[in-house]
Amino acid sequence: MSLRRPAKNQPKKFEFNSSSMDEAKKIISNYPEGKQQSAVMALLYIAQKQNDNWIPLAAMKHIAKLLDMPYIKVYEVATFYSMYNLSPVGKYFVQVCTTTPCMIRGANKLVEACKEKISEDENMLSSDKSCSWMEVECLGACVNAPMLQINDDYYEDLDKEKTIEIFEKILKGETPKPGSYRGRLNTEPENNRKTLMDVKNA
Amino acid sequence: MLKDQDRIFKNLYNDMGTDVKSAQTRGDWVNTSDLIAKGRDWIINEVKDSQLRGRGGAGFPTGLKWSFAPKEVRSRPHYLVINADESEPGTCKDRDILRFEPHKLIEGCLIASYAVQAHVCYIYIRGEYFIEGQKLQAAIDEAYEKNLIGKNAASTGWDLDIYIHYGAGAYICGEETALLESIEGKKGQPRLKPPFPALIGLYGCPTIINNVETIAVVPTILRRGGKWFSSLGREKNTGTKIFCISGNVNNPCNVEEEMNIPLKELIEVHAGGVIGGWENLQAVIPGGSSMPLIPKEKCETLTMDFDSLMAEKSGLGTAGIVVINKDQDIIKCMARIARFYKHESCGQCTPCREGSGWMWRMLERMANGEATKDEVDMLGDVTNQIAGHTICAFGEGSSWPVQGLLRHFKKEIEKRNNLDPIVQKRNNIPYLVDQHLLDKKNA
Repeated sequence: MSLRRPAKNQPKKFEFNSSSMDEAKKIISNYPEGKQQSAVMALLYIAQKQNDNWIPLAAMKHIAKLLDMPYIKVYEVATFYSMYNLSPVGKYFVQVCTTTPCMIRGANKLVEACKEKISEDENMLSSDKSCSWMEVECLGACVNAPMLQINDDYYEDLDKEKTIEIFEKILKGETPKPGSYRGRLNTEPENNRKTLMDVKNA
Repeated sequence: MLKDQDRIFKNLYNDMGTDVKSAQTRGDWVNTSDLIAKGRDWIINEVKDSQLRGRGGAGFPTGLKWSFAPKEVRSRPHYLVINADESEPGTCKDRDILRFEPHKLIEGCLIASYAVQAHVCYIYIRGEYFIEGQKLQAAIDEAYEKNLIGKNAASTGWDLDIYIHYGAGAYICGEETALLESIEGKKGQPRLKPPFPALIGLYGCPTIINNVETIAVVPTILRRGGKWFSSLGREKNTGTKIFCISGNVNNPCNVEEEMNIPLKELIEVHAGGVIGGWENLQAVIPGGSSMPLIPKEKCETLTMDFDSLMAEKSGLGTAGIVVINKDQDIIKCMARIARFYKHESCGQCTPCREGSGWMWRMLERMANGEATKDEVDMLGDVTNQIAGHTICAFGEGSSWPVQGLLRHFKKEIEKRNNLDPIVQKRNNIPYLVDQHLLDKKNA
C-alpha cells in the first residue's frame, strides 16, 4: 500500500466555481438517481483541476456536501487513489514510470535527468516552483519504454538527452510535443514493420 | 504469420484515422442492425461457437459469461461494464484500441448490451489514460450524433447510453469487483465472490464485465462468423490476439497475431530479435508481470496460448511479453515487480498487505547479496502464505512472479546470498523466528 498524507497548510475555504459546478452536474447526471456518490471520483478531479493540481481538505468537505455523503467517505477515496494529489505539486507535474519494462530499458536515466534538472528529491518543487516529479508505477505504454507523463501527456521512447531537452522546455514555460521521441508511429515496430503494409503505403 | 485480411484491428497503428467514416471503410457500423435482428440467442451462440476467451487475463469464455445474465429483466436493470483499467506492467494493448479503434469498441458495446439486455454501459478507463479517454469520448459523441448509440441505436430498436468513468491510479481496480466498487464511488477494494456480478454487481444489479479487447472483437466475429474465428489458433485457444512485446528487443511493438503463435517467431520476426542476439536471452515474462517467467531453454519451442502456457506453469494473462536479456539482473527485475505489487496492494487482506512488502524487502536484499541462506526458503514460504489466502486474485498475481523466479533461478539467488543465518538454532528460540516455519517442522 502507498502511504498518503494531506498537506499541512490547508486553505480554509473551497467552493466550485461556476464552470466546475456545471461540469460536476453533468457528471452526476451520468449515474442513476440516488447513486450520485458514483460521481465522487470525477468531482475530485474537477476540484484538483480548479485548485492548481491538488485537493485541499476543504474541497473534500465541499464535495461531500454536494453529493450528500459522509465527509470521511470522500476522504477515504481521495487517500486511496494515487492520482489525487493531497499536497501542492508543480504546474508541470512529471511522473516517471520505473516499473520493470521501463526499468530494463533505462528508466533510471530519466530519474537522473529529473534529479539534475528539476529537484534533488521526489515531490519537491523545482527552484522556480513550476515543476515537480515523482516515480510512479506502470503507466501502460510499455512498448514505448522508457517514458514519462507530464500532466496529461505521454512522452515516449526517451533517453537521458531527450528528457533533459523536454525539461528545459517546460522550465521555460513551454509545452513540448507529446508522443514518441524517436519519430516512430505509435506502437508499430520501428523500421521493422511486417504487418498491414498495404494500409501503411496507402 | 497471420494474413492481413484476417486481422481485426486494421488501424492498430493509426494509419487511417479514427472517425466514423474511416471506421466504416474498415467494416464497422455497416450492418449492425442486421446482426442484432438475428436475436439474442444467435449472438450468444455465435460467440460461444467462436470459443472467444476473455482478453483481460483470466481467459474466461465470453459466450458463457454472457449467458449468465438473467434471461428476463425484472425490477433491477442490467448493466454492461467495460474494463479499460489496463495497468498490468508489460501490457498496452487496450490503449491502442481506445485511441485508434474506438468504434469497434462502441459497436461491440451496443451488441453486448443487447445480448445481456443492458441499456447503460460504463467504460472504466484508468486515470492516466486521460488523453485516450478524451479520444474515446469524441468517438462516443460522434456516435450519438449519427444515432449509432442513444435512443434506437443504429436503428436496431435498442436504447443504449455509454458513459466513461475515469479511475485514479489504482491497479487493483482492474479486478472486476473492485472496479464495481470504484464506480459506486468507494475505495477500490474487491468484494467476496459469490455472489457473482452477473447476478449482483453494480448497484446490486446484474452486471456483465468484459475487457476492451474482448468486446472490440465481437462485431467482427459476428460479421465473419464464429467458425472463422475458431479456425484461427487451436481448439479452445482460438482467434487473434494483440501481443505487446516490450523489454530488451530491438523493435518493441504491439502486433495482432494468431493465437498459438511460437514465442520465438513473435520476438524474432515482429520485434526484431533480442538485443545481443537470441543467445543473449535470459528469460521472458509471457503475460504481464503477474505471470511466472519462463527461462530461455523453454522459450525455443513455446507457443503462446492459454493452455500451452498453463502447461509450463505460467499463463497467457494479458499477452504482455517482457523480454529480459542477460545484461539485466533478473533478481533486481523481480524485486521491482515485487515493489509494484507492494505499492498496489489495496490493504484489505492481511496476507497480501503485509506479504507483498515482505517479498519486496527480501528480494531487494537478495539482489544486493545481503540475505541469509535460509531466507531463500522463507521467501518461497511467504509466497505460499499469500497465494490462495486473499479475497481476490491479486494474492496470486503478486506471488506467482516470485515463485517463478524461485523455480528457475534459485541457484542464482543462492550463489549470491550465502550469509549464515543470525539465529543458527532457531528451534530453541521460537520467539525470534517465524512461527509458521516451526509449525511445518513440527507437523
